[in-house]
Amino acid sequence: MARMKFLCDADRCIECNACVTACKNEHEVPWGINRRRVVTINDGKPGERSISMACMHCTDAPCAAVCPVNCFYTTADAVVLHSKDLCIGCGYCFYACPFGAPQYPRVGNFGSRGKMDKCTYCAGGPEADSSPVEYAKYGANRLAEGKLPLCAEMCSTKALLAGDGDIIAQIYRERVLKRGYGSGAWGWRTAYKDTVNV
Amino acid sequence: MRMPILLWRRCLAVVALLGLVLLSGPLAAQQPTSVNPTAASVQEQQLLQQLQAVQGRISIPDQRANVLIQPAGQDWRAFHQVTLPWIGAIAILGMLAVLVLFYMSRGKIMIDSGPSKQRIVRFNSFERFVHWLTAGSFMLLALTGLNITFGKFLLLPVIGPEAFTALSQAGKYVHNYLSFPFMLGLVFMFLVWVVHNLPNAVDVAWLKAGGGLLKKGVHPPAKKFNAGQKLIFWAVIVGGVGLSVTGLILLFPFQGTSIADMQLSQMIHGLISLVLIAVMIAHIYIGSVGMEGAFDAMGSGEVDLNWAKEHHSLWVQEEMKKTGGAGARAQAAE
Repeated sequence: MARMKFLCDADRCIECNACVTACKNEHEVPWGINRRRVVTINDGKPGERSISMACMHCTDAPCAAVCPVNCFYTTADAVVLHSKDLCIGCGYCFYACPFGAPQYPRVGNFGSRGKMDKCTYCAGGPEADSSPVEYAKYGANRLAEGKLPLCAEMCSTKALLAGDGDIIAQIYRERVLKRGYGSGAWGWRTAYKDTVNV
Repeated sequence: MRMPILLWRRCLAVVALLGLVLLSGPLAAQQPTSVNPTAASVQEQQLLQQLQAVQGRISIPDQRANVLIQPAGQDWRAFHQVTLPWIGAIAILGMLAVLVLFYMSRGKIMIDSGPSKQRIVRFNSFERFVHWLTAGSFMLLALTGLNITFGKFLLLPVIGPEAFTALSQAGKYVHNYLSFPFMLGLVFMFLVWVVHNLPNAVDVAWLKAGGGLLKKGVHPPAKKFNAGQKLIFWAVIVGGVGLSVTGLILLFPFQGTSIADMQLSQMIHGLISLVLIAVMIAHIYIGSVGMEGAFDAMGSGEVDLNWAKEHHSLWVQEEMKKTGGAGARAQAAE
């Protein structure tokens, strides 16, 4: 089985936010929730870089570690998923997540959170693959159909790469060697305790 | 005349071309063979080292999402998963062990002169209401809070994930809503009892005598509250205020607070509550099974006169003076 990862090539990302839109549309993500976002660092200054970020599906995921009801699980493809039936909306995964991935619909009083929602790597949830129940809770299950996450698939500059960690690292490495520069695999050290050495 | 003009023009063109070649020579040499835009670009490691977080600008409405990487979450995780459970286990199990040892060596503290036929009003109905309002909500807050930290290790394997989620979900609501009666109880408790809980010289003597806890027949004088009870009172007030402030921050996420504030609040909230739970276990012990006649104070509100004379001698004198000896009344004939 593959070890699925995301890699955003910051030297290619043009901050078009198409990945954000594609994600919202593919999974019919409700208003106020963003499973993916693009952050621009040093905006308008020399050396500005944009990075598309979502759940990185960490090795030894902090969200899973701190969850008081153990609602997280890791698939055979190393995708970190969770069960909305078990989630109690406590917000602990948001405190622990280095990437701000967990999102909550606001329900009830005093800002109390509903069931957590996050990037599923287009791999759905614990329900039967591609079932209407799964779609309603987690969105499309593209992985079950043999497709990669839509955000990366439709990225116009191919800045966002998704797939087996070794393969996307190799693609990135070749790019860096060919063009002679690269600002690194953002978030990899934090998520996978690993980086792409060129 | 036409020929020389043409010739002149040609000469000018040649000179201009020559000039261009001469000028462009060094320019072409200066042009780099390849560009490296990353040389001046931001680097992740550098940002993490300098700023402790990677932050930028975002174009979606949720402006809080502008933090790309927050490594502080890892510290919070370590605290929540390792430090906090250890502190809690040591505080709570340690307190239980101390109490078991105390019970085995000292036994139940009896009324030395035996129960009398007379009883004296120790806490009126409002004082008892305030006590039980705070105590009742605290018990449920403590249990639901402990469930969030320890439930997945202790309860989840026993009752299964579905039942545990149902319980924890209900527990979350109980914890959120009962915080308000708890805070109300704190305010009342402070107003009703603060005058009786100001430290004085009697407390020093009481503490020096070990409160008479360790030796039978030793009863250092005390007013309405002895030094031990005053310590409990101030632990509840100070700890309760700390719990309320941090709890309110957690109850209203992002209302003028950042994720760092909430992480810190949760850490303080967890620490105070575990220490306070350990303190309360001791309080519950001495107020129930640990001492004969103690529970009546918060039960019926009337305590045995001999119990009162032994444990709160100065208070009994005051009450007697106030009522001219009519403070105590004979127990209803049985």
